[in-house]
Amino acid sequence: MSGDDEILLRARGLTKTFGDFTAVDGIDFAVRKGECFGFLGPNGAGKSSTMRMVGCVSPVTSGELRLFDLDPATDGPAIRARLGSCPQRDTLDEELTVQENLWIYGRYFGLSRKEVRSRATELLDFAQLTERAGDKVEPLSGGMKRRLTIARSLINSPEILLLDEPTTGLDPQARHVLWDRLFRLKRSGVTLVLTTHYMDEAEQLCDRLVVMDHGRIVAEGSPRQLIDQHSTREVLELRFDADDHHGHADAVAGIGDRVEVLPDRLLVYADDGDAAAAQVHARGVQPLSSLVRRSTLEDVFLTLTGRTLVD
Amino acid sequence: MALDDPVTRDDALSRSTRGLREPLSATERVLAVVGYHATVYSRTWRGSIISRLLSPVLFMLSMGIGLGALVDDRAGGIDGHPYLHFVVPGIVATQTMWVAWSESSYQVLGYIKWNMGYHAQLATPLRVRDVLAGHFLAITGHLVVATTLFMAVAALFGGFDSWWAVGCLPIGVLTGLAFTTPIFAFTATQEGDNGFNILYRWIITPLMLFSGTFFPVDQLPGWMQPVAWVTPLWHGVEACRAVAGGSVAVLPFVGHLLVLLAYAAAGWLLAERTFTRRLAS
Amino acid sequence: MTTTRTTRPARPGGRPGGVGRLARALPMPAGAGLARMLVERNITSFRHGWIALVTGFAEPVFYLFSLGIGIGALVRTVTTDSGMTVTYPQFVAPALLAASAMNGAVMDSTFNVFFKLKYAKLYDAVLATPMGPRDVAVGEISWSLIRGGMYSAAFLVVALLAGAVRSWWALLALPAAIFIGFAFAAVGMFATTFMRSWVDFDYITLAIQPMFLFSATFFPLSTYPDALQWFVRLTPLYHGVALERALMLGDVGWGVLAHVGYLVVLGVLGVVGASRRLERLLLS
Repeated sequence: MSGDDEILLRARGLTKTFGDFTAVDGIDFAVRKGECFGFLGPNGAGKSSTMRMVGCVSPVTSGELRLFDLDPATDGPAIRARLGSCPQRDTLDEELTVQENLWIYGRYFGLSRKEVRSRATELLDFAQLTERAGDKVEPLSGGMKRRLTIARSLINSPEILLLDEPTTGLDPQARHVLWDRLFRLKRSGVTLVLTTHYMDEAEQLCDRLVVMDHGRIVAEGSPRQLIDQHSTREVLELRFDADDHHGHADAVAGIGDRVEVLPDRLLVYADDGDAAAAQVHARGVQPLSSLVRRSTLEDVFLTLTGRTLVD
Repeated sequence: MALDDPVTRDDALSRSTRGLREPLSATERVLAVVGYHATVYSRTWRGSIISRLLSPVLFMLSMGIGLGALVDDRAGGIDGHPYLHFVVPGIVATQTMWVAWSESSYQVLGYIKWNMGYHAQLATPLRVRDVLAGHFLAITGHLVVATTLFMAVAALFGGFDSWWAVGCLPIGVLTGLAFTTPIFAFTATQEGDNGFNILYRWIITPLMLFSGTFFPVDQLPGWMQPVAWVTPLWHGVEACRAVAGGSVAVLPFVGHLLVLLAYAAAGWLLAERTFTRRLAS
Repeated sequence: MTTTRTTRPARPGGRPGGVGRLARALPMPAGAGLARMLVERNITSFRHGWIALVTGFAEPVFYLFSLGIGIGALVRTVTTDSGMTVTYPQFVAPALLAASAMNGAVMDSTFNVFFKLKYAKLYDAVLATPMGPRDVAVGEISWSLIRGGMYSAAFLVVALLAGAVRSWWALLALPAAIFIGFAFAAVGMFATTFMRSWVDFDYITLAIQPMFLFSATFFPLSTYPDALQWFVRLTPLYHGVALERALMLGDVGWGVLAHVGYLVVLGVLGVVGASRRLERLLLS
């Protein structure tokens, strides 16, 4: 039908306002078939508003949005029939059992009972919930509920799966299980669009991502590209006993490319972190601890906005 | 306050010093709980008073006056008395059951489960017994206020024919407590609102309809009458009616009061057990 | 896992079809004609809570046996507003049928819908599928009517056994009850879309309870002074009660159509209002 470069989702000048407040401020992006595309940004950056417009449950204020070359304003139901949507907060039906959640949700897509049942069996296995099929939803753990929500969003074999902060609030182990499931999905050809405020998640999952802040896109690229473009290769983190960070910042000024002052530490951006640490010591500065690490998307975000992602 | 100088402070005056502290007396503990409920009530009384008062007043107008006109016309009242005077003491008792219900079901489950109010209280030197006693006292206050207001309105509509009716107030409050403590005991065993729906529809509503509030129970088929005798509401209704009519027969009257007391006391003991199991074990 | 691809070709040019265009011309929000799926969801949910289902049927039966027998023994007969002399259970049973149709519909469309809307976030999940707000409104109202219809049918059987039915017209009492339920469910759902918190539900009780007690339910309209009679005639439950009483007593005249007309207008206003408000609330 078409090559791998086929664009499934495209936005131009996409804007969402609520009264005087502009949540999404004229953003452009495109998602290609089979890729994992991420929106990275702090709370309130406009990620969820964007996702709700893409999910065709929130009308576009202005600009253009096309999914499968269809317009959400006129073809919402037809688009939603081909989407899977995993909202930020689990919206599972607590009056139903685990498998009934899948069956009934499938029926909302107009699938036949037979289709829904065989698909649900498959998805329960995928979500590692087969043993809990007949249980009520309420007592499930946070990770299980999340996996059930994702399984539910796959009931209609969607071409694009939307995930709004898929692992927020989960413990580390549950996150890894979930990432593994999302990897498998991607390998099977599902296009993933997700939002996150975790850099590790974005680096783990995304082929390409945009960094959002105050409703705008401030950078775009693969995680590697973004780090290369907007940060140094390594970062030296320095912690001190006293509160006088600015005084210490003055003392280490000029080392590396740049020094960032955070409430609890100093970050020295340098391509060679160990060399920077040696320079710091040579100046007689005595940090409580120092640590050299590789740059992450957090540093990209810090560079671009002067703020950290998670407060 | 000499908070900055704990060493020289007079230890007897404060319980916030380090080390062993003087224990709270039972009165202090219970009053602390009552104080909490009084604070909450001072915020919410406006809305609750109107809705509390409205139901019994509407029932009095509909049944006592509307239906009463029909009964008086067709049957010459009940035992020669106007139907209104028959039904108002019944509603006095019945509305205490409604107050008890609304204070002891969802509200209490909320304190147990949703806002964790009891957990907060039990993390202090308060014990389950204090928490319950304080809450029961606070509800007694609700019952007094609601019953007094309804009786005042009913009196304006000519619902009573003698000053003896004032005696309905303590009897009504006792009837309310005979429902409060058992419902507390039940609530502590509940997880969601399913049990409440069943209790309301299969116990509370039938009690209102079959405990002699709107007609004498001897109008019911013979087999149903013993059912009325064991329900606390029938005893409350009968005792209120006897006092309001100025026709107290001592032995049955004392019997009614004893049954109500027995319900309240048994409910209290049960509530202490179910609460301890739920909150402190 | 294998992901089976079902590629659905889009309509040429993504243009809305004729039905879509018609739907947009009417004051109705979008739907995909899948309202029955929401009914199916509610049936599945109720299979777990069948006790609650049975319970809904009990209340009017309790009232019938309590007041019908107890008050009936005192007053023996009642003269209806149209001059018929009937026993008290015959008088009160149609009113209880109408009142329970109202109560059930209002409970479903207010408390239950509010819970699903604000707490369970059920409709957020529903609207992520091809279903639209109209499907939600139609589905919930339909379910409420199905459930109410079952209660009404059961109550009619009980009333028949209790000797409270006097005419074959009573066969129409069931559709009439469903009809009363529809009018109140529609208005109830409309009201729910304005609710901010549970505290606001006091207003619903404030509307329902007086109607239950004063709509010529337990005593004839002629008991009231003239001015109050006219006021009672303006309220919706009065028309429901009068309609059911005419049918169950076989006292049918052209006036019945006026009651029907009142309820139709109420129901239509409710549906249009509720659909519009739901769209605004859910698709922001």
